[in-house]
Amino acid sequence: MSLSSRHLLGMQGVSRNDIQLILDTAITFKEVLERPIKRVPTLQGKTVVNLFYENSTRTRISFELAEKRLSADAVNFSVSTSSVSKGESFKDTIKNIEAMKVDMIVVRHAAAGVPHYLTQISDSNVINAGDGIHEHPTQALLDMYSIRERLGKLDGVKVCIVGDIAHSRVALSNIFGLKTMGADVSVCGPSTMIPKQMDELGVKVIHNIDEAIQENDVLNVLRIQLERKAREYFPSIREYHKYFGITEDRLAKNGKDIVILHPGPINRGVEISSEVADGPSQIILNQVTNGVAVRMAVLYLLGTQN
Amino acid sequence: MKIALKNVILFNPDQKLNKKSNLLITDGIISKIGSLNSEDLKNCQVFEFNDKYCVPGLFDMHVHLREPGREDEETVVTGCNAAAKGGFTGIACMPNTEPAIDSAEIVSFIKQKAKDHLVDVYPVAAATMGRKGETLSPMSELVEAGAVAFTDDGVAIKTARILKTALEYSKMFDTPIIEHCEDESLAGGAMNEGLNSTLLGLPPIPSVAEDLIVSRDILMAEYTGGKVHIAHISTKNAVELVRQAKAKGINITAEVTPHHFHMTDDAVQTYNTNTKMNPPLRTSKDVEAIIEGLKDGTIDCIASDHAPHSLEEKEMEFEYSPNGILGLETQLGLALTELYHKHILSFEQLIEKLSINPRKILKLKVPKFEIGEKANFTIIDTDEVWSVDIKKFKSISKNSPFHNRLLKGKAIAVINNSLFFLNEKFHSI
Ligand SMILES: [Zn+2]
Repeated sequence: MSLSSRHLLGMQGVSRNDIQLILDTAITFKEVLERPIKRVPTLQGKTVVNLFYENSTRTRISFELAEKRLSADAVNFSVSTSSVSKGESFKDTIKNIEAMKVDMIVVRHAAAGVPHYLTQISDSNVINAGDGIHEHPTQALLDMYSIRERLGKLDGVKVCIVGDIAHSRVALSNIFGLKTMGADVSVCGPSTMIPKQMDELGVKVIHNIDEAIQENDVLNVLRIQLERKAREYFPSIREYHKYFGITEDRLAKNGKDIVILHPGPINRGVEISSEVADGPSQIILNQVTNGVAVRMAVLYLLGTQN
Repeated sequence: MKIALKNVILFNPDQKLNKKSNLLITDGIISKIGSLNSEDLKNCQVFEFNDKYCVPGLFDMHVHLREPGREDEETVVTGCNAAAKGGFTGIACMPNTEPAIDSAEIVSFIKQKAKDHLVDVYPVAAATMGRKGETLSPMSELVEAGAVAFTDDGVAIKTARILKTALEYSKMFDTPIIEHCEDESLAGGAMNEGLNSTLLGLPPIPSVAEDLIVSRDILMAEYTGGKVHIAHISTKNAVELVRQAKAKGINITAEVTPHHFHMTDDAVQTYNTNTKMNPPLRTSKDVEAIIEGLKDGTIDCIASDHAPHSLEEKEMEFEYSPNGILGLETQLGLALTELYHKHILSFEQLIEKLSINPRKILKLKVPKFEIGEKANFTIIDTDEVWSVDIKKFKSISKNSPFHNRLLKGKAIAVINNSLFFLNEKFHSI
């Protein structure tokens, strides 16, 4: 079995079979991660470049670990965003990296579509590690893996994504992946943070967090950006927390067993309270472990295609 | 020097003329129309055109030449060469050069650069100094130097206050204010706001950003009695607003680009930077409204918004890439293919929008087929099928999304200023 594409650019258009294959392969790798020697020789001799134009230590470390545990040669290439305007062009950077004979490029970039563009100027396999507010497919895969691990299935599972849907690459990738796997997807957040076209994607929109809790099996709680620009979309953090924050009281009031995911890093007391973040409903740290396994699966499946 | 053009269909809606004939041109002036005798043909170079249309020279009223400032992307001369190849004998060039066209010296500089060319260049000057929207440009001096209109194109005139002043002041010369309609506070995105921007994760520009400024400008044109010309109209609401304003008798005209009359934001799905323009490609509803606007005359003319950019500027991340595409060398072919051959516009309407109306908006003389008139025409083969090849462009830049596109119809020759462009070359006549 192998994937039908040479790249993982996003969850849009990825088939059910391919998602299934990645998630099933990740089970094997999760077992590897539980062994005393957490390394397999699968990608020996392959070189993977982690090309990060945005600072994201977590995602980079997760990829780097995944690469090392597959015995690939991992190279980190970080470019500060400030040098984008003056420094070397993106194309020249890629040409340089290619000249060093690499096999795969994991790319994180603030501009949407960069992984797509990268496939046009490079022969390497490309994995999107987050492009602007577009997609973050490995995050969606690890979220799906974690849900399946906890609930045993994805088909028919009711998942609500909570937060700034309009400016989240995690939301879009989750929507595509979950829908393909037969989950029932809704979104919940202030109306300024939800794109008008959600219904065209077959996604239900909820503005009441209690309703979201009552109606769903899983909440995927997104990080609220605290920078000034993101803050245009709601009056205050206090108001956001009051009406959309996930608190223990709120969960208790709705008296329901619910699984809580968060892609991290958490703003405690904003989108989620500390008690919930550390409580029995959350599987946040499982997500982190699963992230390595899922990324190993993606690297393995792309790196061993002929 | 004498040349004869045999078997051309003289076509000029402004003269109600549609007649097969022959033309004798002596030193760039029409000296005879009709059958030519042996005396006429003595020492005369004869060109046979086999019933091709000969129309008043086409005019593109929205062209970005990059001189002064970015001569690596386009100069006045290379832009004029591209215009001639595209079938245009006249162009109006936009003031967003470096420095901006906000002084008589720069107007003269551009006129000087174009003076020996077949293509007539009419600078459109900045409405405000440096296009900054703060103080009025020296409009009287600019008009005296040859400016034919004013605009801050690239952006709308910044405030209602300075727009009011510009419209009131420019009334003295009866020149239009050409507006790039986009509300500043809603600007800055990379594509139209809608399902595609959501799916592609690209920062959006909502269509209401255009509608708001079109409304403002219509109201201000009504209030001041000044003339507003809406550049590159792109939204359904904007078309409707212009239609209503015209019905009320407000002095307003509008143009549309070839990309906006036949492309939608679906084209952005591959993140091809040659689909990035401002205004952005919109939806099929907008395109349908534009087609209706072209048909019923709400939209007066077709203009290219020819915007040369270097390869380095277009080979990059979509969000960071500059807006705009080339247009001069594909405009006529696209208009014929998408509007004439699809029976949306008659040939007469097409020539009105590509030649007559833009000249009238800018108060320029419309060329005529009459003895003693200057020969200023375009000869068009409406049926030749050709493939766009950016490598053959006369423009220095190559940023066109239409490479390898099959088009039906093209200009085969243009004549103006005693120069004849035929078979890729300029000939003195
Ligand atoms: Zn413009």
